[in-house]
Amino acid sequence: MLDQWLFVGLFAIIALLLPGVAIYLAGVLGPKKPNEAKRTIYECGIETVGETKLQFRAQYYVYALVFLIFDVEAVFLFPWAVAYGQLGLYAVLEGLLFALILAGGLVYAWKKGALEWK
Amino acid sequence: MPNFWQDPIGFIAAWLHSVLTGWGLPTEVVDFLLALLGAGVIALGAMLFVIFLIWYERKLIGRIQDRLGPNRVGPYGIFQPFADMLKIFTKEYITPEGADLVPYNLAPILAVAAVLLIWAVIPFAHNIVGVDLPVGLLFVIAAGGFGELAIMLAGWGSNNKYALLGGFRAVAMLISYEVPMIFTMLVPAMMANSLNLNDIVRAQTVPFLLTAPLAAIIFFITQVAEAARSPFDVVEADSELVAGFMTEYAGLKFGMFYVAEFLHAFTISMLFSVLFLAGWRGPGAEQFPLLGVLYLFIKTFVVYFIVILLRGSLPRFRIDQTLDLSWKVLTPLSLVAVFLNALVLKALVEAGLGGDSLGAQLLRAVILLAANVGVIWLSGQLMGQATLRERPVVSGPRPLAVSRPVVEQQE
Repeated sequence: MLDQWLFVGLFAIIALLLPGVAIYLAGVLGPKKPNEAKRTIYECGIETVGETKLQFRAQYYVYALVFLIFDVEAVFLFPWAVAYGQLGLYAVLEGLLFALILAGGLVYAWKKGALEWK
Repeated sequence: MPNFWQDPIGFIAAWLHSVLTGWGLPTEVVDFLLALLGAGVIALGAMLFVIFLIWYERKLIGRIQDRLGPNRVGPYGIFQPFADMLKIFTKEYITPEGADLVPYNLAPILAVAAVLLIWAVIPFAHNIVGVDLPVGLLFVIAAGGFGELAIMLAGWGSNNKYALLGGFRAVAMLISYEVPMIFTMLVPAMMANSLNLNDIVRAQTVPFLLTAPLAAIIFFITQVAEAARSPFDVVEADSELVAGFMTEYAGLKFGMFYVAEFLHAFTISMLFSVLFLAGWRGPGAEQFPLLGVLYLFIKTFVVYFIVILLRGSLPRFRIDQTLDLSWKVLTPLSLVAVFLNALVLKALVEAGLGGDSLGAQLLRAVILLAANVGVIWLSGQLMGQATLRERPVVSGPRPLAVSRPVVEQQE
């Protein structure tokens, strides 16, 4: 058990190191001649107008909230799916009921206009 | 000890283990060294494989668009990616003024690492797997989340309006597609009664593509969206956002995003093959694990070909269409897919068809296939009735911070 997570840990370190080392090496190999014009923000080729850190639209929040609801639902459904083979018809129907309640939530959000890109 | 000719990789692993313990090293250290070696080989192999993937995709896209594709450097242009790599390694890094350096530099590394991490749990054959994690499926979902984080960091760190808009879109789109993705992942878990990817492969006497085609199709679409590939590449839409979140990157930092994109496209094909096309299963794969690797790669390349074909033939969705597709079509349909399979399968088991014999399995597969095809046909009919919503035309000046361009409607 611990061996497996040791492997995952090692793999994560290697997965971070490979691109990291490559980027570092390329930085050593590449030329370094910065100047004022180069350092300006490229954006779309024209000089930047105004503030670059934009305020974002509240609509993104609404999507994030709906996502959160369904993500948590999925976490609850995974144990149900793993135990599916041992479950009786009653427990399967109960899972369906659980999903239907949340589907009701989706219908509510839909009717409220939370899923419209305004 | 496995026979070398049957299972060379298992043989080498067992041989290394015996040699290292023979030197008097404690077992823990040997296990650690072998884990390090295995992780290094898989990660490095995946990174080097990208060189081939880039050539393959450019060549194919070229043929789809009636061009030749790379054809100058080496036979069929196969050395083109090496030349590109040499060039990109000697390019200067240009860091834009006012960039937030920590997220800016972390993003390309995280983007690659997030995709590479998935390779840790992919079963290439029944005994060739980085780590046979009991919660492999959850691990895949978790690792995928880092990729989204990388795009957000890149968008925020670049000090560029367009990059930031790409980051915003990534937040909205990638999390939206994660919902149907997770729901459809429930189907293989449910039918195999396990979250372990190897168990899921073993459970597919009949590939899940045939027993749960609805879930398979939804999973495929969401995976293409998760990789932010055309037709869902609103994150980097080059005609709207310059290059989206990677606009301000130069040299190999840009190259790493490029690598991550190609590797991600291949990884999702591999994941699809494992979850729905029976992964390494095929004749003789149990005796000869390398044959299993071959089967997996053949299946993966077929799926990858379809992914490239989609990129070459479909126009980009608008951001609101992308989100509508996820929330109003795929999310309800994925719930239907999960419970359709759950209820039909349970009903069949209750009716006494739950046996493990090949005949019972085939019969269940046929009934599940029929039920799925019926639902796919029905949802197609329902979608055909829905009309495309006209976008309201907004006139007058708009503030800069709006993520969609003002479109003048032409009569």
